Amino acid sequence: MTEPVTMMAATTRLDYVFTAGVAQSKNLHGLEEGKFIGQRCPKCKKVYTLSRGSCPVDGLPTDEIVELPNTGTVTTYCVVNVPFAGQSIEIPYICAQILLDGANLSFMGLIQEIPIDQIRMGLRVEAVWVEPDELGPTMASVKYFRPSGEPDAEFDSYKEYL
Amino acid sequence: MAEGTNYSADHVLEYPYVRSVGPVVGAFLTGLRDGKIVGIRGTGGKVVVPPTEYDPDTGEETSGMVDVGPEGTVTSWSWVPHPRPKHPLTTPFAWVLVRFDGADTSFLHVMPASGPDEVHTGMRVRPEFAPEADRVGHVNDIRHFVPVDAAS
Amino acid sequence: MSGFPELTSGHRPVGVVSFAQYDNVRREDAHNEVEMLMPVVAEVFGSIGITKDDVGFICSGSTDYLVGGPFSFVTALDAVGVWPPRAESHVEMDGAWALYEAWVLLQEGEIDAALVYCFGRSSPGDLSEIMALQLDPYYMAPLWPDPTSLAALQAQALIDSGRASESDFAAIASRARRSALANPKAQLAYDRSPEELLGEDYEVAPLRRHALPPLTDGCAAVVLAAGDRAYELCERPAFITGIDHRIETHAIGARDLTRSPSTQLAGEKAGVATKKVDQAELHAPYAHQEMILVDALNLSDDVALSPSGGALAANPMMSAGLIRIGESARAIWSGQADRAVAHATSGPCLQQNLVCVLEGV
Repeated sequence: MTEPVTMMAATTRLDYVFTAGVAQSKNLHGLEEGKFIGQRCPKCKKVYTLSRGSCPVDGLPTDEIVELPNTGTVTTYCVVNVPFAGQSIEIPYICAQILLDGANLSFMGLIQEIPIDQIRMGLRVEAVWVEPDELGPTMASVKYFRPSGEPDAEFDSYKEYL
Repeated sequence: MAEGTNYSADHVLEYPYVRSVGPVVGAFLTGLRDGKIVGIRGTGGKVVVPPTEYDPDTGEETSGMVDVGPEGTVTSWSWVPHPRPKHPLTTPFAWVLVRFDGADTSFLHVMPASGPDEVHTGMRVRPEFAPEADRVGHVNDIRHFVPVDAAS
Repeated sequence: MSGFPELTSGHRPVGVVSFAQYDNVRREDAHNEVEMLMPVVAEVFGSIGITKDDVGFICSGSTDYLVGGPFSFVTALDAVGVWPPRAESHVEMDGAWALYEAWVLLQEGEIDAALVYCFGRSSPGDLSEIMALQLDPYYMAPLWPDPTSLAALQAQALIDSGRASESDFAAIASRARRSALANPKAQLAYDRSPEELLGEDYEVAPLRRHALPPLTDGCAAVVLAAGDRAYELCERPAFITGIDHRIETHAIGARDLTRSPSTQLAGEKAGVATKKVDQAELHAPYAHQEMILVDALNLSDDVALSPSGGALAANPMMSAGLIRIGESARAIWSGQADRAVAHATSGPCLQQNLVCVLEGV
């Protein structure tokens, strides 16, 4: 016990209640019902998925609710080969940005039911939801996206969203 | 849930930090582990306890550790009738600012008492250390303060 | 246009020309931060007929610890809309310090107007625990002293110095809450005598419940404009003639808690004493701190203290300081005051202090 003290444990825990807010609550309610909800800006008319309630371009409330379809396009992707703490899926797997049809903002989703070497930009995909009794107000309601079988989207149709 | 519900969720943040303490803070924590109180000399000759790398008055570098206390004087206090979950004590206690004998600044810690009438500015106190085997170099190596005349 | 006042700080007259604040509430659990800010930003622009395209700089103040979301201040920008890309900055401080940064930029003369906003919610987490983490991590934070416990040490020291009593704290709280009755944005307002308040239990002795600020969710915004632009947007701009901020050591045991030398110095640099002061909006979350601030700023008895009720009426974190500036500006716009002092604080026991002197012409 003669060594000087050089380190100090400073473990800290803080407990919060996270409030989703009006807009996100609508998104979460949609997920609970097995559908995607978009919100349209009154000025630029863009439709945001998983919006926090404002148009990040115009700073206006996105009050108009738009129900979005189950289908979309892979705008870009990566193949995850790196294990990390808390990983729930076997590597390698595909993580992609998905632009739902009718939306102007992409979001991140898993792509499955396709060999790793066949993933590509422009791939048309559809959401696979969990069983109806497992649906909840969470993105975990979407199990993953899989190829829809449609022809690939033209690059021009999604180049603005990269 | 019904449409129009405002969703909320529990959210926990944990920071498993381990901090490097440096030579000055380290000397103080080492002192606590060894059951003594050390301070550092500031530029004007003031003794700073708990020690900082700089003089709180001038900002200049401090140097020269000095032993102080372990007895000291309460310079201010407040009384907590209902301790919070993370407070060091679970029963009513006083926060005390203690100026150790030989020090020119005060150190914050806690002192249990049966009521606020037992605490006053100017009272003489001393630290009650945790058993040697439990001390790790942390402010909680001092369990709490007690009046100087209290039995060990 | 009626000219500009003489400046103690800076060389370019910059005025507060618009101010808006959220309804201060104990718990805003229906809206997220962006949804809280949007109507406030809309009001602060809309009331003077401008848009985000009319300001050359945006500066905000907040701390992510309050909601437990790292970089939540970045998403808050969605409330303004920052496209095309905007000149923007953020301080992990009360919005009063964000205003200071914007004021400095306006001094350079490249821009003529700026938006300052801030937000703070006390309800998502345990504020007492969160605020303990602002303390020195080796000696103080591991003990988890809450802000009220530390403020009570300061109050006790003030009592021990012979300069104050618990009755003084009650008198301040009574006056502040009575003033707050006229403030539609006040969260806590009542008409109760000091004697009645002294019957309350101690939260942390010597502070009884009345001497504490309410826990508040809120946000606020201000528009600053320089020179002629200020007069285009406001009939009687509240010009910032002096502004300064100073900090003391975080080690509360190394300070004389009964004095606020940082406030005193900031007040001197901001020129508080150069002319008569009509009113002072002081950011004193705990009642006894008002006495320390009045002392440090050497305010005379005829100065109206915190007519809005101050932080005892509503204390949204990271915002209550900017609100003091906004309330002071409002008094100047209305002619209720010609010269007002606004103060903001941060850190335990008035560690850091900003003083802003506002004048109408």
